[in-house]
Amino acid sequence: MLINRLATSSAFPVKLSLVSASLFLGLFFFLPLVLVFGVSLASRGMYGGITWIATWENYQRVLDPLVGVIFFRSLLFAGLTTVVCAVVAFPLAYCLARASRPWQLILLTLVMIPFWTNFLVRTYAWVLILRADGILNTLLIRLGFLEEPLPLLFTDVSVFVGLVYGYLPFMVLPLVVAIERISPQLEDAAFDLYASMGAMFRHVLLPLSTPGFLAGGVLVFIPSLGAFITPYLLGGGQKMMLGTLIQQEFLVARDWPFGSALSFGLMGTVLLLWFLLGRTSVGKDPS
Amino acid sequence: MNESVVLDKVIKTHGLVRAVDHVSLSIQSGEFFSILGPSGSGKTTILRLIAGLDRPDQGDIFIQQRVVTLDPPHERPVNMVFQHYALFPHLSVFENVAFGLQMKGERQANIQKAVSHMLALVRLQGKENRLPGQLSGGEQQRVALARALVNRPVVLLLDEPLAALDQQLRQEMQGELKRLQREVQATFICVTHQQDEALMLSDRIAVMHGGKLLQVGTPQEIYDHPVSSTVAQFIGLSNVLSGNIARCEGGLCRVEHGVLSPVMVTCFPHDSPQGAVTVMVRPERVHVSSDMSVNGYDNMLQAIVHHVAFSGNEVVYHVRLRDETIWMARVPIAEAQACPLAVGQPVYVHWWAHEGLVLPAHPAPC
Repeated sequence: MLINRLATSSAFPVKLSLVSASLFLGLFFFLPLVLVFGVSLASRGMYGGITWIATWENYQRVLDPLVGVIFFRSLLFAGLTTVVCAVVAFPLAYCLARASRPWQLILLTLVMIPFWTNFLVRTYAWVLILRADGILNTLLIRLGFLEEPLPLLFTDVSVFVGLVYGYLPFMVLPLVVAIERISPQLEDAAFDLYASMGAMFRHVLLPLSTPGFLAGGVLVFIPSLGAFITPYLLGGGQKMMLGTLIQQEFLVARDWPFGSALSFGLMGTVLLLWFLLGRTSVGKDPS
Repeated sequence: MNESVVLDKVIKTHGLVRAVDHVSLSIQSGEFFSILGPSGSGKTTILRLIAGLDRPDQGDIFIQQRVVTLDPPHERPVNMVFQHYALFPHLSVFENVAFGLQMKGERQANIQKAVSHMLALVRLQGKENRLPGQLSGGEQQRVALARALVNRPVVLLLDEPLAALDQQLRQEMQGELKRLQREVQATFICVTHQQDEALMLSDRIAVMHGGKLLQVGTPQEIYDHPVSSTVAQFIGLSNVLSGNIARCEGGLCRVEHGVLSPVMVTCFPHDSPQGAVTVMVRPERVHVSSDMSVNGYDNMLQAIVHHVAFSGNEVVYHVRLRDETIWMARVPIAEAQACPLAVGQPVYVHWWAHEGLVLPAHPAPC
């Protein structure tokens, strides 16, 4: 609708911006994608280069059971990360959405501050916290809760903690927007109609926050599915994830065609899940 | 007397503002009670206190002779119609109305029956499956009423129930509200800033200003005998004139004003107001004519026609007195046409002494 109105009103600047936007996307998004797709159909050269011989072999290798396990593990981690992010983010987002203006600004800034630091550095910080002689183990031993340091780093848990930490803001922000749109009067109305706190949450807040959960879910699920820094640094590369596998194919094994095929496999999976979500009732706009 | 809701010296502060300041109020069972006041006068806060959505800082609230001051909303036999209805946008009309009964754990068959009955009562049959967003303002209003009344509350609280409706719907819904009240026989407490609405609907009215109750009484009492000029101004427009009592005996006072000629006003014979007062005359009691020698009136002030407003069946003359205050006179159309007045024309304003009211300039709080 907005596009329509823009197109009918002052036509020239709109056309100009449409053309420039299309050019930008075509040049920096679509073209590389086509290139990677081309590479995924090529063969690996003897010493790691690309030989332009068309083949389906790379995609056949994607269907290998070993790769399947990695796919499954990545999906599980990404799914769990999304769910935990949603659970942790909701109370935070609620407080943010209902806070008075000055407080809202302060809290939002606090949520955004981590973005001002490089993701790699922030992930290294978790290494310092979690490793055997790290902050957490030292603290627990000093306080007498532990005799021996717990093996925290290079476990599934550490990867998981890293993912939740890294992507939490992407869940918080859409939820804040969604909750802000729910009138506090609706909460009052529910209480006035005999709802307990829990019932009000289940029947009013939760269903009306669905758009926020959906947007946040997509923003958390997709990057954590392809994440490679976190599994690499906090998981020690012990258990392969999709992101780390792709990274290794490109940089270590120097098998660009297989890496490209894996990338397209990942993209295909995400698009399939997106399509399936759209067909359920959750995907439909409740308003 | 059977009291439905009693407030006893209730105080509620929001930040630095006293939203409700020592309010004591007793509302009878089955009454249509309106709380009238400008926005920010604390009237909505009173409703929220009765509903249990806010707690008073001091004082007590009783519902049917039981203290409920600290009870949560779901333990009170009270339901509320919110200002913008606060319908659940994701639930159908049926689910909205059924919400309260469902929360109370009513049996499904009973819910079905009660909701259907209620929807029939507010004339919304056939719209059960619509979402609130698909309804007109008037229909949303009726869903909100049904959603509250289906729980058979002892007291129904209405927060500006008609404010969001256009003029015609508003008049229709006024009748509808009275009819509903007769059928469900609950106490209705209605908050509004529309004085005509309050006058038309209510058995009694409480006028609020700045968190304080100024006056409680029947519409007639409040209209005819306002305790202060604030109340008088709020209940229907009034012409006012400030002055000092010069003499007062036998129920007749002479009020002097620095610029204007002195005026005569009657008061209760046992009253003898003194000092600074406000004299008030309703616009429909004021007569204007270009003729100085109109017979018999007790009072006459010189003025100049400032503005003439035609409103169908009457003409409202805005005239400027010699002290620059603007008075209004409402004149029936036939009378106005008989001797029309033009803007800028010098005129005389007349009224009887008994048609004026004399009020203390600084009233004691009630």
